[in-house]
Amino acid sequence: MAEFLDMGKHAVFIWTAYGFSAAALVVLALRSRASQKASEEQVAAARARRKGDN
Amino acid sequence: MHRFANPAQFNRLADAVMPWAMVATVLLFGAGLYYALAGSPPDYQQGESVRVMYVHVPAAWMGMFVYVVMAVASFAALAWRHPLALLAGKAAAPIGATFTALALITGALWGKPMWGTYWVWDGRLTSVLVQFFLYLGYMALWKSMEDEEKAGNAASILALVGLVNIPIIKFSVDWWSTLHQPASVMRLDGPTIDGAMLVPLFLMAAAYQVYFTVVFIWRMKFEINNRKLSVMRSVDMGH
Amino acid sequence: MSAQPSVSSVFVALVRRDMALAWSQGGASLLALGFFLIAVSLFPFGVGPEPQILARIAPGVIWVVALLACVVSLDRLYQADYEDGSLDDLTLSPLGLVGVAGAKVLAHWLSTTLPLAIAAPALAVLLNLPDAGYPVLVASLLIGTPALSLIGSIGASLTVAVRRGGVLMFLLILPLYVPTLIFGVGAVDAAVTMSDPLPHLALLAATTLVATVVGLAASAAALKLAME
Repeated sequence: MAEFLDMGKHAVFIWTAYGFSAAALVVLALRSRASQKASEEQVAAARARRKGDN
Repeated sequence: MHRFANPAQFNRLADAVMPWAMVATVLLFGAGLYYALAGSPPDYQQGESVRVMYVHVPAAWMGMFVYVVMAVASFAALAWRHPLALLAGKAAAPIGATFTALALITGALWGKPMWGTYWVWDGRLTSVLVQFFLYLGYMALWKSMEDEEKAGNAASILALVGLVNIPIIKFSVDWWSTLHQPASVMRLDGPTIDGAMLVPLFLMAAAYQVYFTVVFIWRMKFEINNRKLSVMRSVDMGH
Repeated sequence: MSAQPSVSSVFVALVRRDMALAWSQGGASLLALGFFLIAVSLFPFGVGPEPQILARIAPGVIWVVALLACVVSLDRLYQADYEDGSLDDLTLSPLGLVGVAGAKVLAHWLSTTLPLAIAAPALAVLLNLPDAGYPVLVASLLIGTPALSLIGSIGASLTVAVRRGGVLMFLLILPLYVPTLIFGVGAVDAAVTMSDPLPHLALLAATTLVATVVGLAASAAALKLAME
Protein backbone atom coordinates (compact mmCIF):
# COMPACT_ATOMS: atom_id res chain seq x y z
CA MET A 1 0.00 0.00 0.00
CA ALA A 2 2.81 2.38 0.89
CA GLU A 3 4.43 1.55 -2.41
CA PHE A 4 1.15 2.25 -4.19
CA LEU A 5 0.79 5.67 -2.57
CA ASP A 6 4.42 6.53 -3.27
CA MET A 7 4.38 8.08 -6.72
CA GLY A 8 7.92 9.33 -6.64
CA LYS A 9 8.89 12.97 -6.40
CA HIS A 10 5.77 14.18 -8.22
CA ALA A 11 3.31 12.43 -5.90
CA VAL A 12 1.77 15.72 -4.76
CA PHE A 13 0.79 16.71 -8.28
CA ILE A 14 -0.64 13.31 -9.13
CA TRP A 15 -2.73 12.97 -6.01
CA THR A 16 -3.95 16.57 -6.21
CA ALA A 17 -5.07 16.02 -9.80
CA TYR A 18 -6.94 12.83 -8.87
CA GLY A 19 -8.33 14.51 -5.74
CA PHE A 20 -9.72 17.50 -7.61
CA SER A 21 -11.21 15.26 -10.29
CA ALA A 22 -12.86 12.90 -7.82
CA ALA A 23 -14.19 15.71 -5.63
CA ALA A 24 -15.66 17.69 -8.53
CA LEU A 25 -17.29 14.69 -10.22
CA VAL A 26 -18.72 13.31 -6.96
CA VAL A 27 -20.12 16.68 -5.87
CA LEU A 28 -21.65 17.32 -9.31
CA ALA A 29 -23.26 13.87 -9.36
CA LEU A 30 -24.64 14.11 -5.82
CA ARG A 31 -26.04 17.59 -6.36
CA SER A 32 -27.64 16.64 -9.67
CA ARG A 33 -29.17 13.53 -8.08
CA ALA A 34 -30.46 15.46 -5.05
CA SER A 35 -32.12 18.21 -7.09
CA GLN A 36 -33.65 15.61 -9.41
CA LYS A 37 -35.17 13.75 -6.44
CA ALA A 38 -36.44 16.96 -4.86
CA SER A 39 -38.09 18.03 -8.11
CA GLU A 40 -39.67 14.59 -8.46
CA GLU A 41 -41.25 14.99 -5.03
CA GLN A 42 -42.44 18.51 -5.80
CA VAL A 43 -44.18 17.31 -8.94
CA ALA A 44 -45.83 14.45 -7.02
CA ALA A 45 -46.98 16.86 -4.29
CA ALA A 46 -48.36 19.33 -6.82
CA ARG A 47 -50.27 16.53 -8.55
CA ALA A 48 -51.71 15.35 -5.23
CA ARG A 49 -52.82 18.89 -4.39
CA ARG A 50 -54.61 19.27 -7.68
CA LYS A 51 -56.43 15.93 -7.23
CA GLY A 52 -57.53 17.18 -3.80
CA ASP A 53 -58.87 20.43 -5.28
CA ASN A 54 -61.08 18.75 -7.85
CA MET B 1 -35.17 13.77 -33.04
CA HIS B 2 -38.84 14.56 -32.68
CA ARG B 3 -39.30 11.14 -31.19
CA PHE B 4 -37.90 12.63 -28.00
CA ALA B 5 -40.08 15.73 -28.11
CA ASN B 6 -42.39 14.07 -25.67
CA PRO B 7 -41.03 14.12 -22.09
CA ALA B 8 -42.77 10.82 -21.30
CA GLN B 9 -40.88 9.18 -24.14
CA PHE B 10 -37.61 10.69 -22.96
CA ASN B 11 -38.28 9.44 -19.45
CA ARG B 12 -39.00 5.92 -20.70
CA LEU B 13 -35.75 5.83 -22.64
CA ALA B 14 -33.82 7.35 -19.75
CA ASP B 15 -35.23 4.83 -17.29
CA ALA B 16 -34.22 2.00 -19.60
CA VAL B 17 -30.67 3.30 -19.99
CA MET B 18 -30.12 4.43 -16.40
CA PRO B 19 -29.40 1.14 -14.58
CA TRP B 20 -26.94 0.01 -17.25
CA ALA B 21 -25.22 3.39 -17.30
CA MET B 22 -24.86 3.39 -13.51
CA VAL B 23 -23.39 -0.11 -13.40
CA ALA B 24 -21.06 0.74 -16.29
CA THR B 25 -19.92 3.92 -14.52
CA VAL B 26 -18.97 2.01 -11.38
CA LEU B 27 -17.26 -0.84 -13.24
CA LEU B 28 -15.36 1.39 -15.69
CA PHE B 29 -14.17 3.76 -12.99
CA GLY B 30 -13.06 0.75 -10.92
CA ALA B 31 -11.10 -0.84 -13.74
CA GLY B 32 -9.90 2.52 -15.08
CA LEU B 33 -8.57 3.70 -11.73
CA TYR B 34 -6.84 0.36 -11.12
CA TYR B 35 -4.99 0.53 -14.44
CA ALA B 36 -4.36 4.26 -14.13
CA LEU B 37 -2.79 4.09 -10.68
CA ALA B 38 -1.37 0.59 -10.34
CA GLY B 39 -1.82 -1.64 -13.37
CA SER B 40 0.25 0.40 -15.84
CA PRO B 41 3.98 1.14 -15.93
CA PRO B 42 5.43 4.62 -15.36
CA ASP B 43 6.52 6.39 -18.54
CA TYR B 44 10.20 6.07 -19.34
CA GLN B 45 10.46 9.85 -19.75
CA GLN B 46 7.72 11.27 -17.55
CA GLY B 47 7.90 8.72 -14.77
CA GLU B 48 4.83 8.46 -12.57
CA SER B 49 3.57 11.89 -13.69
CA VAL B 50 2.09 10.25 -16.76
CA ARG B 51 -0.73 9.05 -14.49
CA VAL B 52 -2.17 12.57 -14.49
CA MET B 53 -2.92 12.00 -18.17
CA TYR B 54 -5.61 9.45 -17.30
CA VAL B 55 -7.74 12.11 -15.61
CA HIS B 56 -6.59 15.02 -17.74
CA VAL B 57 -7.18 13.80 -21.29
CA PRO B 58 -10.67 12.29 -20.70
CA ALA B 59 -11.76 15.54 -19.02
CA ALA B 60 -10.49 17.56 -21.98
CA TRP B 61 -12.20 15.25 -24.48
CA MET B 62 -15.47 15.39 -22.57
CA GLY B 63 -15.28 19.18 -22.27
CA MET B 64 -15.32 19.36 -26.07
CA PHE B 65 -17.81 16.52 -26.53
CA VAL B 66 -20.33 18.09 -24.17
CA TYR B 67 -19.90 21.44 -25.90
CA VAL B 68 -20.80 19.84 -29.22
CA VAL B 69 -23.80 18.13 -27.56
CA MET B 70 -24.86 21.52 -26.22
CA ALA B 71 -24.44 23.17 -29.61
CA VAL B 72 -26.40 20.44 -31.43
CA ALA B 73 -29.17 20.76 -28.84
CA SER B 74 -29.09 24.54 -29.28
CA PHE B 75 -29.42 24.17 -33.03
CA ALA B 76 -32.37 21.80 -32.65
CA ALA B 77 -33.96 24.20 -30.18
CA LEU B 78 -33.64 27.17 -32.55
CA ALA B 79 -34.37 25.42 -35.84
CA TRP B 80 -37.32 23.24 -34.80
CA ARG B 81 -38.54 25.03 -31.69
CA HIS B 82 -37.85 21.85 -29.81
CA PRO B 83 -38.59 22.41 -26.09
CA LEU B 84 -36.67 19.36 -24.85
CA ALA B 85 -33.62 20.35 -26.88
CA LEU B 86 -33.55 23.71 -25.14
CA LEU B 87 -33.55 21.91 -21.78
CA ALA B 88 -30.91 19.43 -22.99
CA GLY B 89 -28.47 22.27 -23.55
CA LYS B 90 -29.22 23.71 -20.14
CA ALA B 91 -28.76 20.31 -18.50
CA ALA B 92 -25.47 19.60 -20.28
CA ALA B 93 -23.73 22.95 -19.68
CA PRO B 94 -22.74 22.58 -15.99
CA ILE B 95 -21.37 19.09 -16.67
CA GLY B 96 -19.31 20.35 -19.60
CA ALA B 97 -18.07 23.32 -17.58
CA THR B 98 -16.97 20.93 -14.80
CA PHE B 99 -15.07 18.71 -17.28
CA THR B 100 -13.41 21.76 -18.84
CA ALA B 101 -12.40 23.17 -15.45
CA LEU B 102 -10.96 19.77 -14.51
CA ALA B 103 -9.02 19.63 -17.77
CA LEU B 104 -7.49 23.03 -16.97
CA ILE B 105 -6.69 22.18 -13.33
CA THR B 106 -5.25 18.73 -13.99
CA GLY B 107 -3.37 20.14 -16.99
CA ALA B 108 -1.73 22.72 -14.74
CA LEU B 109 -0.83 19.99 -12.24
CA TRP B 110 0.70 17.96 -15.05
CA GLY B 111 2.47 20.94 -16.55
CA LYS B 112 4.31 21.86 -13.37
CA PRO B 113 6.42 18.69 -13.14
CA MET B 114 6.68 18.33 -16.94
CA TRP B 115 7.23 21.86 -18.26
CA GLY B 116 8.28 23.46 -14.99
CA THR B 117 5.27 25.78 -15.02
CA TYR B 118 1.60 25.50 -14.21
CA TRP B 119 0.51 27.54 -17.17
CA VAL B 120 1.73 28.68 -20.57
CA TRP B 121 -0.28 30.94 -22.86
CA ASP B 122 -0.17 28.67 -25.87
CA GLY B 123 -2.98 28.05 -28.31
CA ARG B 124 -4.30 24.89 -26.69
CA LEU B 125 -4.51 26.21 -23.13
CA THR B 126 -5.93 29.53 -24.26
CA SER B 127 -8.63 28.02 -26.46
CA VAL B 128 -9.70 25.60 -23.70
CA LEU B 129 -9.89 28.55 -21.29
CA VAL B 130 -12.08 30.34 -23.84
CA GLN B 131 -14.29 27.24 -23.95
CA PHE B 132 -14.68 27.43 -20.17
CA PHE B 133 -15.69 31.11 -20.45
CA LEU B 134 -18.21 30.19 -23.17
CA TYR B 135 -19.82 27.68 -20.81
CA LEU B 136 -19.97 30.39 -18.12
CA GLY B 137 -21.50 32.87 -20.56
CA TYR B 138 -24.09 30.30 -21.68
CA MET B 139 -25.13 29.58 -18.09
CA ALA B 140 -25.13 33.29 -17.19
CA LEU B 141 -27.41 34.09 -20.14
CA TRP B 142 -29.88 31.41 -19.01
CA LYS B 143 -30.05 33.09 -15.63
CA SER B 144 -30.24 36.64 -16.95
CA MET B 145 -33.88 36.81 -18.03
CA GLU B 146 -37.15 35.99 -16.36
CA ASP B 147 -38.63 34.70 -19.59
CA GLU B 148 -37.03 31.23 -19.67
CA GLU B 149 -37.59 30.70 -23.36
CA LYS B 150 -36.02 34.01 -24.35
CA ALA B 151 -33.08 33.31 -22.07
CA GLY B 152 -32.66 29.84 -23.54
CA ASN B 153 -32.83 31.13 -27.10
CA ALA B 154 -30.17 33.76 -26.46
CA ALA B 155 -27.96 31.19 -24.75
CA SER B 156 -28.43 28.82 -27.70
CA ILE B 157 -27.21 31.44 -30.16
CA LEU B 158 -24.12 31.99 -28.01
CA ALA B 159 -23.49 28.22 -27.94
CA LEU B 160 -23.62 28.12 -31.75
CA VAL B 161 -21.32 31.13 -32.14
CA GLY B 162 -18.86 29.51 -29.73
CA LEU B 163 -18.74 26.41 -31.91
CA VAL B 164 -16.05 28.30 -33.88
CA ASN B 165 -13.76 27.58 -30.94
CA ILE B 166 -13.94 23.78 -31.23
CA PRO B 167 -11.73 23.43 -34.35
CA ILE B 168 -9.39 26.03 -32.81
CA ILE B 169 -8.95 23.76 -29.76
CA LYS B 170 -8.48 20.73 -31.97
CA PHE B 171 -5.84 22.21 -34.23
CA SER B 172 -4.25 24.70 -31.85
CA VAL B 173 -1.37 22.33 -31.16
CA ASP B 174 -0.43 22.33 -34.84
CA TRP B 175 -1.04 26.02 -35.45
CA TRP B 176 0.69 27.52 -32.44
CA SER B 177 3.30 24.96 -31.43
CA THR B 178 6.05 26.81 -33.26
CA LEU B 179 5.08 30.21 -31.88
CA HIS B 180 4.61 29.82 -28.17
CA GLN B 181 5.00 26.39 -26.78
CA PRO B 182 8.47 25.14 -25.93
CA ALA B 183 9.22 21.57 -26.94
CA SER B 184 7.14 19.45 -24.64
CA VAL B 185 6.84 15.82 -23.79
CA MET B 186 3.09 16.01 -24.19
CA ARG B 187 2.51 14.45 -27.55
CA LEU B 188 -0.49 12.27 -28.10
CA ASP B 189 -0.35 12.16 -31.87
CA GLY B 190 -0.70 8.59 -32.89
CA PRO B 191 1.83 5.89 -32.14
CA THR B 192 4.09 7.91 -29.82
CA ILE B 193 1.93 6.70 -26.98
CA ASP B 194 2.59 3.25 -25.57
CA GLY B 195 -0.04 0.51 -25.69
CA ALA B 196 0.20 -0.05 -21.94
CA MET B 197 -1.00 3.53 -21.47
CA LEU B 198 -3.85 3.26 -23.94
CA VAL B 199 -5.67 0.73 -21.71
CA PRO B 200 -6.14 3.03 -18.69
CA LEU B 201 -6.68 6.02 -20.98
CA PHE B 202 -9.55 4.43 -22.88
CA LEU B 203 -11.05 2.86 -19.74
CA MET B 204 -11.11 6.26 -18.04
CA ALA B 205 -12.47 7.95 -21.16
CA ALA B 206 -15.29 5.40 -21.29
CA ALA B 207 -15.94 5.90 -17.56
CA TYR B 208 -16.23 9.68 -18.07
CA GLN B 209 -18.59 9.09 -20.97
CA VAL B 210 -21.05 6.89 -19.03
CA TYR B 211 -20.71 9.19 -16.00
CA PHE B 212 -21.87 12.01 -18.28
CA THR B 213 -24.86 9.91 -19.42
CA VAL B 214 -25.95 9.28 -15.83
CA VAL B 215 -25.59 12.87 -14.61
CA PHE B 216 -27.08 14.26 -17.81
CA ILE B 217 -30.23 12.14 -17.34
CA TRP B 218 -30.57 13.33 -13.74
CA ARG B 219 -30.22 16.96 -14.75
CA MET B 220 -32.55 16.52 -17.71
CA LYS B 221 -35.26 15.03 -15.47
CA PHE B 222 -34.75 17.91 -13.05
CA GLU B 223 -35.27 20.45 -15.85
CA ILE B 224 -38.33 18.62 -17.19
CA ASN B 225 -39.87 18.51 -13.70
CA ASN B 226 -39.19 22.21 -13.23
CA ARG B 227 -40.88 22.94 -16.54
CA LYS B 228 -43.88 20.84 -15.46
CA LEU B 229 -44.07 22.69 -12.15
CA SER B 230 -44.02 26.11 -13.78
CA VAL B 231 -46.73 25.03 -16.23
CA MET B 232 -48.88 23.76 -13.35
CA ARG B 233 -48.30 26.97 -11.46
CA SER B 234 -49.33 29.15 -14.39
CA VAL B 235 -52.46 27.03 -14.91
CA ASP B 236 -53.35 27.39 -11.23
CA MET B 237 -52.85 31.14 -11.46
CA GLY B 238 -55.33 31.17 -14.33
CA HIS B 239 -58.12 29.86 -12.06
CA MET C 1 -50.03 54.52 -49.68
CA SER C 2 -46.60 56.01 -49.73
CA ALA C 3 -43.85 54.74 -51.95
CA GLN C 4 -41.60 52.12 -50.35
CA PRO C 5 -38.25 53.75 -49.49
CA SER C 6 -35.28 52.07 -51.12
CA VAL C 7 -33.07 49.74 -49.11
CA SER C 8 -30.00 51.90 -49.50
CA SER C 9 -31.74 55.10 -48.41
CA VAL C 10 -33.05 53.43 -45.24
CA PHE C 11 -29.60 52.00 -44.57
CA VAL C 12 -27.89 55.37 -44.97
CA ALA C 13 -30.52 57.12 -42.88
CA LEU C 14 -30.10 54.58 -40.08
CA VAL C 15 -26.30 54.89 -40.13
CA ARG C 16 -26.57 58.68 -40.01
CA ARG C 17 -29.07 58.68 -37.19
CA ASP C 18 -27.01 56.30 -35.06
CA MET C 19 -23.80 58.26 -35.67
CA ALA C 20 -25.50 61.50 -34.71
CA LEU C 21 -26.79 59.87 -31.54
CA ALA C 22 -23.37 58.46 -30.70
CA TRP C 23 -21.74 61.88 -31.01
CA SER C 24 -24.51 63.83 -29.31
CA GLN C 25 -24.41 64.98 -25.72
CA GLY C 26 -23.96 61.93 -23.48
CA GLY C 27 -23.36 59.73 -26.50
CA ALA C 28 -21.18 56.66 -26.27
CA SER C 29 -18.35 57.76 -28.57
CA LEU C 30 -16.75 60.46 -26.48
CA LEU C 31 -17.11 58.33 -23.37
CA ALA C 32 -15.32 55.43 -25.06
CA LEU C 33 -12.57 57.74 -26.28
CA GLY C 34 -12.16 59.20 -22.79
CA PHE C 35 -12.05 55.72 -21.28
CA PHE C 36 -9.39 54.71 -23.82
CA LEU C 37 -7.23 57.72 -22.96
CA ILE C 38 -7.50 57.41 -19.19
CA ALA C 39 -7.17 53.62 -18.96
CA VAL C 40 -4.02 53.58 -21.14
CA SER C 41 -2.42 56.35 -19.09
CA LEU C 42 -2.93 54.30 -15.92
CA PHE C 43 -0.43 51.66 -17.06
CA PRO C 44 2.75 53.71 -16.52
CA PHE C 45 1.64 54.10 -12.90
CA GLY C 46 0.89 50.40 -12.63
CA VAL C 47 4.03 48.92 -14.16
CA GLY C 48 6.42 51.82 -13.61
CA PRO C 49 7.67 54.49 -16.02
CA GLU C 50 10.73 52.63 -17.42
CA PRO C 51 10.70 53.34 -21.18
CA GLN C 52 11.84 49.80 -22.14
CA ILE C 53 9.05 48.12 -20.21
CA LEU C 54 6.43 50.51 -21.60
CA ALA C 55 7.73 50.00 -25.14
CA ARG C 56 7.49 46.23 -24.70
CA ILE C 57 3.89 46.28 -23.48
CA ALA C 58 2.61 49.21 -25.59
CA PRO C 59 0.97 47.17 -28.41
CA GLY C 60 -0.80 44.86 -25.99
CA VAL C 61 -1.96 47.64 -23.67
CA ILE C 62 -3.37 49.72 -26.52
CA TRP C 63 -5.17 46.74 -28.06
CA VAL C 64 -6.60 45.47 -24.77
CA VAL C 65 -7.84 48.89 -23.70
CA ALA C 66 -9.27 49.53 -27.18
CA LEU C 67 -11.41 46.40 -26.95
CA LEU C 68 -12.50 47.21 -23.41
CA ALA C 69 -13.48 50.71 -24.57
CA CYS C 70 -15.45 49.11 -27.39
CA VAL C 71 -17.45 46.91 -25.01
CA VAL C 72 -18.08 49.90 -22.73
CA SER C 73 -19.67 51.73 -25.65
CA LEU C 74 -21.81 48.80 -26.79
CA ASP C 75 -24.14 48.86 -23.82
CA ARG C 76 -27.08 50.48 -25.58
CA LEU C 77 -26.34 49.55 -29.22
CA TYR C 78 -29.75 47.89 -29.64
CA GLN C 79 -31.35 48.38 -26.26
CA ALA C 80 -32.75 51.90 -26.70
CA ASP C 81 -34.42 50.95 -29.98
CA TYR C 82 -35.64 47.69 -28.48
CA GLU C 83 -37.24 49.37 -25.48
CA ASP C 84 -39.02 52.20 -27.32
CA GLY C 85 -40.27 49.84 -30.03
CA SER C 86 -38.44 51.41 -32.96
CA LEU C 87 -36.63 48.11 -33.52
CA ASP C 88 -40.02 46.58 -34.38
CA ASP C 89 -40.57 49.31 -36.98
CA LEU C 90 -37.09 48.77 -38.39
CA THR C 91 -37.80 45.06 -38.75
CA LEU C 92 -40.67 45.89 -41.08
CA SER C 93 -38.48 48.15 -43.22
CA PRO C 94 -37.09 46.69 -46.46
CA LEU C 95 -33.68 46.39 -44.78
CA GLY C 96 -34.46 43.24 -42.83
CA LEU C 97 -32.78 42.47 -39.55
CA VAL C 98 -29.41 41.63 -41.07
CA GLY C 99 -29.45 45.03 -42.75
CA VAL C 100 -30.45 46.76 -39.52
CA ALA C 101 -27.61 45.03 -37.66
CA GLY C 102 -25.23 45.92 -40.49
CA ALA C 103 -26.20 49.59 -40.41
CA LYS C 104 -25.90 49.79 -36.65
CA VAL C 105 -22.53 48.04 -36.61
CA LEU C 106 -21.24 50.31 -39.38
CA ALA C 107 -22.41 53.38 -37.47
CA HIS C 108 -20.79 52.06 -34.28
CA TRP C 109 -17.53 51.41 -36.08
CA LEU C 110 -17.46 54.83 -37.78
CA SER C 111 -18.46 56.76 -34.67
CA THR C 112 -16.74 54.85 -31.87
CA THR C 113 -14.11 52.22 -32.72
CA LEU C 114 -12.56 53.98 -35.72
CA PRO C 115 -11.77 57.07 -33.58
CA LEU C 116 -9.98 54.72 -31.17
CA ALA C 117 -7.75 53.56 -34.05
CA ILE C 118 -7.06 57.19 -34.99
CA ALA C 119 -6.24 58.18 -31.39
CA ALA C 120 -3.99 55.17 -30.83
CA PRO C 121 -0.72 56.68 -32.18
CA ALA C 122 -0.97 59.55 -29.70
CA LEU C 123 -1.25 57.04 -26.86
CA ALA C 124 1.56 54.98 -28.35
CA VAL C 125 3.80 58.05 -27.96
CA LEU C 126 2.99 58.13 -24.25
CA LEU C 127 3.97 54.46 -24.02
CA ASN C 128 7.21 54.91 -25.95
CA LEU C 129 6.32 52.57 -28.82
CA PRO C 130 9.32 52.11 -31.16
CA ASP C 131 9.00 54.01 -34.46
CA ALA C 132 8.67 50.86 -36.56
CA GLY C 133 5.46 49.99 -34.75
CA TYR C 134 3.32 53.00 -35.69
CA PRO C 135 2.19 52.19 -39.25
CA VAL C 136 1.39 48.59 -38.31
CA LEU C 137 -0.39 49.67 -35.11
CA VAL C 138 -2.74 51.87 -37.13
CA ALA C 139 -3.09 49.26 -39.88
CA SER C 140 -3.89 46.49 -37.40
CA LEU C 141 -6.48 48.66 -35.66
CA LEU C 142 -8.06 49.67 -38.98
CA ILE C 143 -8.34 46.01 -40.00
CA GLY C 144 -9.28 44.70 -36.57
CA THR C 145 -11.69 47.29 -35.14
CA PRO C 146 -14.56 46.25 -37.46
CA ALA C 147 -14.30 42.81 -35.86
CA LEU C 148 -14.58 44.43 -32.43
CA SER C 149 -17.83 46.18 -33.42
CA LEU C 150 -19.19 43.06 -35.16
CA ILE C 151 -18.44 40.63 -32.34
CA GLY C 152 -19.64 43.22 -29.84
CA SER C 153 -22.92 43.39 -31.72
CA ILE C 154 -23.46 39.70 -30.90
CA GLY C 155 -23.17 40.40 -27.18
CA ALA C 156 -25.32 43.52 -27.40
CA SER C 157 -28.09 41.70 -29.27
CA LEU C 158 -28.04 38.68 -26.94
CA THR C 159 -28.47 40.89 -23.88
CA VAL C 160 -30.98 43.28 -25.48
CA ALA C 161 -33.80 42.00 -23.25
CA VAL C 162 -31.66 41.95 -20.09
CA ARG C 163 -32.32 44.98 -17.97
CA ARG C 164 -28.82 45.38 -16.59
CA GLY C 165 -26.77 43.48 -19.15
CA GLY C 166 -23.60 45.57 -19.00
CA VAL C 167 -21.42 43.23 -16.96
CA LEU C 168 -22.90 40.13 -18.58
CA MET C 169 -21.89 41.59 -21.94
CA PHE C 170 -18.24 41.69 -20.88
CA LEU C 171 -18.44 38.01 -19.94
CA LEU C 172 -19.97 37.09 -23.31
CA ILE C 173 -17.86 39.27 -25.61
CA LEU C 174 -14.34 39.29 -24.18
CA PRO C 175 -13.62 35.57 -24.76
CA LEU C 176 -14.71 36.00 -28.39
CA TYR C 177 -12.22 38.88 -28.79
CA VAL C 178 -9.22 36.64 -28.09
CA PRO C 179 -8.31 35.81 -31.74
CA THR C 180 -8.61 39.45 -32.83
CA LEU C 181 -6.38 40.49 -29.94
CA ILE C 182 -3.75 37.80 -30.62
CA PHE C 183 -3.41 38.65 -34.33
CA GLY C 184 -3.60 42.43 -33.77
CA VAL C 185 -0.89 42.49 -31.12
CA GLY C 186 1.09 39.86 -33.03
CA ALA C 187 1.30 42.17 -36.06
CA VAL C 188 2.58 45.14 -34.06
CA ASP C 189 5.04 42.98 -32.11
CA ALA C 190 6.34 41.60 -35.39
CA ALA C 191 6.88 45.11 -36.78
CA VAL C 192 8.67 46.21 -33.61
CA THR C 193 10.99 43.20 -33.70
CA MET C 194 11.67 43.78 -37.42
CA SER C 195 9.98 40.62 -38.64
CA ASP C 196 7.19 40.39 -41.19
CA PRO C 197 3.80 41.59 -39.85
CA LEU C 198 1.90 40.60 -43.01
CA PRO C 199 0.93 37.04 -41.97
CA HIS C 200 -0.57 38.45 -38.75
CA LEU C 201 -2.44 41.14 -40.65
CA ALA C 202 -3.78 38.53 -43.08
CA LEU C 203 -5.06 36.40 -40.21
CA LEU C 204 -6.55 39.52 -38.64
CA ALA C 205 -8.36 40.31 -41.89
CA ALA C 206 -9.64 36.72 -42.00
CA THR C 207 -10.93 37.12 -38.44
CA THR C 208 -12.77 40.29 -39.46
CA LEU C 209 -14.33 38.49 -42.43
CA VAL C 210 -15.53 35.58 -40.28
CA ALA C 211 -16.80 38.09 -37.71
CA THR C 212 -18.78 39.85 -40.45
CA VAL C 213 -20.66 36.71 -41.44
CA VAL C 214 -21.12 35.22 -37.96
CA GLY C 215 -21.67 38.57 -36.26
CA LEU C 216 -24.42 39.84 -38.54
CA ALA C 217 -26.20 36.48 -38.73
CA ALA C 218 -26.08 35.90 -34.97
CA SER C 219 -27.14 39.49 -34.17
CA ALA C 220 -30.11 39.30 -36.53
CA ALA C 221 -31.19 35.94 -35.09
CA ALA C 222 -30.83 37.16 -31.51
CA LEU C 223 -32.85 40.32 -32.19
CA LYS C 224 -35.58 38.35 -33.94
CA LEU C 225 -35.93 35.94 -31.02
CA ALA C 226 -35.85 38.76 -28.46
CA MET C 227 -38.74 40.58 -30.16
CA GLU C 228 -41.12 37.62 -30.24
